[in-house]
Amino acid sequence: MERSVKMTTKNKTGIAMSPMDSQAIIDAAQKMPPSSAGDKAMFTSVESAYIKESSPVGSVPPPGTLKGAAQALLDKLSGENPEVLIDKLGERLAFERTGARLYEYLITKCQAVQADSQLSIDTLRRFRDEEERHFKIVARALESLGADPTAQTPGADVSAVASMGVLQVISDPRTSVAQSMEAILTAELVDHAGWELLIQLADKMGLDEMVIDFRTALAEEDNHLRQIREWNEQLTLKQAGV
Amino acid sequence: MGVKLFDSKGTPLDKQRFTWKDMVQQPISKLDDDAFTRVRIILMNGLEVEAIRFQHLCARMNKELQVPLAKVRRVEQHQQTTINWLISSDHSPLETTIGYEQVAIEVTAAVAQNEPDPYLAQVYRFGLLEDFDHLYRYAALLDRLEGKDANNILQSHTDILPGRPTVDEHRAPEDDVRDHYDRAKASAITKLHATTIMAAEYQTHDFYANVGPMYADPLARQLYAEIASIEEQHVTQYESIIDPYETWLEKWLLHEATEAYNYYSCMEQETNPRIKAIWERFLDYELGQLNYVAELFKKYEKRDPTEVISDTLPEPIPFKSNREFVREVLSQEVNLRALGTQFVDHTQEGQASLGQRQQLNSEGSPSQTAAAGYQWSPGTELNRKIA
Repeated sequence: MERSVKMTTKNKTGIAMSPMDSQAIIDAAQKMPPSSAGDKAMFTSVESAYIKESSPVGSVPPPGTLKGAAQALLDKLSGENPEVLIDKLGERLAFERTGARLYEYLITKCQAVQADSQLSIDTLRRFRDEEERHFKIVARALESLGADPTAQTPGADVSAVASMGVLQVISDPRTSVAQSMEAILTAELVDHAGWELLIQLADKMGLDEMVIDFRTALAEEDNHLRQIREWNEQLTLKQAGV
Repeated sequence: MGVKLFDSKGTPLDKQRFTWKDMVQQPISKLDDDAFTRVRIILMNGLEVEAIRFQHLCARMNKELQVPLAKVRRVEQHQQTTINWLISSDHSPLETTIGYEQVAIEVTAAVAQNEPDPYLAQVYRFGLLEDFDHLYRYAALLDRLEGKDANNILQSHTDILPGRPTVDEHRAPEDDVRDHYDRAKASAITKLHATTIMAAEYQTHDFYANVGPMYADPLARQLYAEIASIEEQHVTQYESIIDPYETWLEKWLLHEATEAYNYYSCMEQETNPRIKAIWERFLDYELGQLNYVAELFKKYEKRDPTEVISDTLPEPIPFKSNREFVREVLSQEVNLRALGTQFVDHTQEGQASLGQRQQLNSEGSPSQTAAAGYQWSPGTELNRKIA
């Protein structure tokens, strides 16, 4: 089995690994009072002040030249806030595009370590292709609203920040397939919820064609999530020998 | 047996070669490698960055040295990459910061104890207590922002306690400049120490200046801003202890000797065999560079390089915990402040520094806020056992 988690005496992080030194640092810390009074609440008060003063991370670009169908769609949404939809579409688009790259890393890792036969590289390739297709579905949806699918919306930006760690884990050559699988599970869980929300949003706005396309994508995402969760469980249980 | 600087020719400059694969090796393990392996990596990165920085400045002022400088500098660049890329990507910038402060504390403490010039030893002890306090502030930030224990990085080698409070470290520029050693009289170890600590502090300044804005949290951004400002003061301090009357070539020679000395110190004490091989290889590279510069020195200055630095390297810098020494300095010197080039009791501090500090802290002190009521506890303050 590839790079299973091993128990060694090499890990030097905990206090138990150097009891005498650790006792010295613990005793000293307990004897010396803090240099300023208060607690974490003071930390929070600075954060609160900044939160109140801060501008948003950015804005949603307005639709470009509106032609026929796009104008009709937007007119239909008048009275509502179509920028929310555009933002969320931009977020999903970016997430799916990055998702394709995440699967590419995972495929490379599985191939390099010749991962367990229970993992199907072909299935991972299919997932990767589906992520790319979903990206294109969302790009078309944005174009149908006259929005620019190459723009980065605030939702796209923030969700990319939220999943930066997933990319760091999967692209690290030292992490195992099991560790990478757990990271991609994080992405699939939030992706799944993102599609459900997008469908709800499009549905409430009466965008029926979009809803049909998005339901197809969600059915595939259901499959991704189920399979990744299953592989993650299998890999962990197998490593644990249970 | 000590290393001979000018007898051992090292690797000739034209044989000091790299590939990208060679420069981008497997990093250390944050969990399993010794904290002092990370300390050595950070220290040597600082020396390489300083080598590049110095050689660029030298090139701007010395037309005839530009090609030789470019040749040596290209190797230094690749050495720097090889070393700094050993830090693994699972270190958050704040975790790496804890490592930087451990370097500042343990290496400065070692230098302070081995420095023969009493005034300079005092300068190092003065700076040491300030970096010691930075570690405490950053440990509080790491705990309260990322929910992590700084001791996972420090591995119980270094105490996490308040030092000279960072809030009190802000001084007027004229109180950060010190007296310098005399290039004709100072011992070799004095010169090697000064360049080592100056390099380490300079890279710390640059690191904080660059990673500060990577944090989203406003208090984290403030704390990096505040401590980067102190590191600028430290660079001012350590830069000023070096004799400004040294010639450019003399300084270049000393930089190369300092790199060789530190690689030698690292090689002698490294516990990770793979990293030890890098130190050994780079010691040979530095000896090659030193001898290349020694020839330039003879050519342009018509002097013997041993007038600048003795042939035999001193005993290595000991890389070990200096807990007892740091505690002693803390108990005796925490109330010292700087007035001009001298150190005085806090009651005698000058108006210039007091005024500057008051203005900077007038809208709050990030270091006091970040560590308000903070006492380090194993496993973070959330793990503290209530009696």
